[in-house]
Amino acid sequence: MNNFTVEAIELTRLYGGREAVSNVSFTLSKGEVLGFLGPNGAGKSTTMKMLTGNLAPSHGSVKICGIDMIENPKEAKALIGYLPEMRPLYKELTVDEYLAMAARLHGVNSSKVKAAVEVAKERCGLGHMSKRLIENLSNGYQQRVGIAQAIIHSPMVVILDEPTVGLDPIQIRDIRALIREVGRDHSVIISTHILPEVEMVCDHVQIIDKGKLVFNGSIDVLKRQRVGDKLLVGLRNAPDAKALLAINGVLEAEAVSAGMMRVRFEGEANPAEAIVQAAVSQGWGLYQIAPDQTSLEDVFVQLTYQEQAIPAEQAAA
Amino acid sequence: MIINVARKELKSVFASPMGWVILSLLMFAFGTQYLNAVNDYFAVMSGAMRPAERTGVTQFVGQSVYGLASFIMLFAVPLLSMRLISEERRSQTLPFLFSAPISLTEIVMGKFLGLVAFLSILIVFIFAMLSTLNIWSDIDFGFLVANSLGLILMVASFSALGIYFSSLTQQPVIAAILTFIALFALMMLDRYFAGDPNNIIGSLSLTRHFQSFSSGLIDTADIAYFVLFAVTFLTLTVRRLDADRLRG
Repeated sequence: MNNFTVEAIELTRLYGGREAVSNVSFTLSKGEVLGFLGPNGAGKSTTMKMLTGNLAPSHGSVKICGIDMIENPKEAKALIGYLPEMRPLYKELTVDEYLAMAARLHGVNSSKVKAAVEVAKERCGLGHMSKRLIENLSNGYQQRVGIAQAIIHSPMVVILDEPTVGLDPIQIRDIRALIREVGRDHSVIISTHILPEVEMVCDHVQIIDKGKLVFNGSIDVLKRQRVGDKLLVGLRNAPDAKALLAINGVLEAEAVSAGMMRVRFEGEANPAEAIVQAAVSQGWGLYQIAPDQTSLEDVFVQLTYQEQAIPAEQAAA
Repeated sequence: MIINVARKELKSVFASPMGWVILSLLMFAFGTQYLNAVNDYFAVMSGAMRPAERTGVTQFVGQSVYGLASFIMLFAVPLLSMRLISEERRSQTLPFLFSAPISLTEIVMGKFLGLVAFLSILIVFIFAMLSTLNIWSDIDFGFLVANSLGLILMVASFSALGIYFSSLTQQPVIAAILTFIALFALMMLDRYFAGDPNNIIGSLSLTRHFQSFSSGLIDTADIAYFVLFAVTFLTLTVRRLDADRLRG
């Protein structure tokens, strides 16, 4: 018996004849945070809707802790907390009323509703907003109410669709800490556009593009791609590339622009020191040397624009 | 779970002034009608010399108040039912209910019962108001019970139809107008087929089935009609919401 909290098996969703999501399969274990990345209209939200039972998949199935979403929707939904992209808030209610209602609808025992509301408010930093109408709260606080609503019944799986949109930097930090905290004993799936966020909170990353999974793997794989094996060297009297290639460990050298060279080196052997020495002794006029990091954005763009760059099977390892 | 959804609906109605305003306005209308009916009773009865022309005070006042109530509900129910689903659709709060561990049937039943419970407050108030006649007269409570039951059943049918139209659109106003037109047509059917009491289309009319209740008669055939009417439209609503999930 495996202990996957979420299993998506060949999820496909057709709109008309077009495949909004095609053949997406993945699993998530307890205590993992999964980041869902992708450009607009890639099918992130559609996938999330299918995972939460808001949308029926055209093919494939979803299992939450082994319970099939289509066969036993009630039992499966009881294990999920979901915050859709558009916050489903009843604005005429106060925070307390709304959260109590959410707790009751998610089957929290009526004697425990009050305690559950208190815990959720505490976790989302809403303590002093209890009696305010949701309508009168700022965007960021409304978002917190949305998150509180999703974790109120301490579900096994928390699914948040772009949870940090519209928050100020301090709130974003709080929410990220919250996601990590929730992720310790439950599973969390978040979708986001903010790439550093994925790096900060997620253990696993999935990149989806045009309905297809183009990358599925641990965050480390993505990080390895990013922490490059390149140096950016600024030289006032730049020599020939050949002179740089002569230095031990340098594999490639190319001029980026006037006075700037990119040097690719071999594995762990960082030739920075050797380059500096050579520059001083030969008077190249060194004024800058720095690791040339491919940003996560570059990796993302690379993956979504040239799918063949990393075949999904290879990355899934 | 149905109760929780119904509670949510009641809470929404009373969270804004609308619920209170509607309750008080309608009660004001019914109270005025009641007072007028009592005054008229004395005026009419003092002129009625022969015993055959005389009716009891319960029937006279009751028919007047319940007649007005069934007519006013024709306007009130569409206004209350219009936002039940269309408003949630528009403000995108339906996923909140869909992702909770409750079935679509429970959601629809909860909303329906919430609305009927709200309208029952009015029916209970009318009953209490008419019961006060008992202080100086000896009234026929059976007549009041039959009328109240008929009114509840009719209001429930109105609500079921209203919820169905509300599930079809994102605009509450459109839902209200459609509901009103449909209800009005169903009430008026009776008039068009008045000449032919056995016509099948005529027996679809809501008014015709309310008539036996308003004369104090509880007829199972009429109860069955109202129950079937409500069940039909609630089922259609569930199917409409299910289509959302299937087709997106």
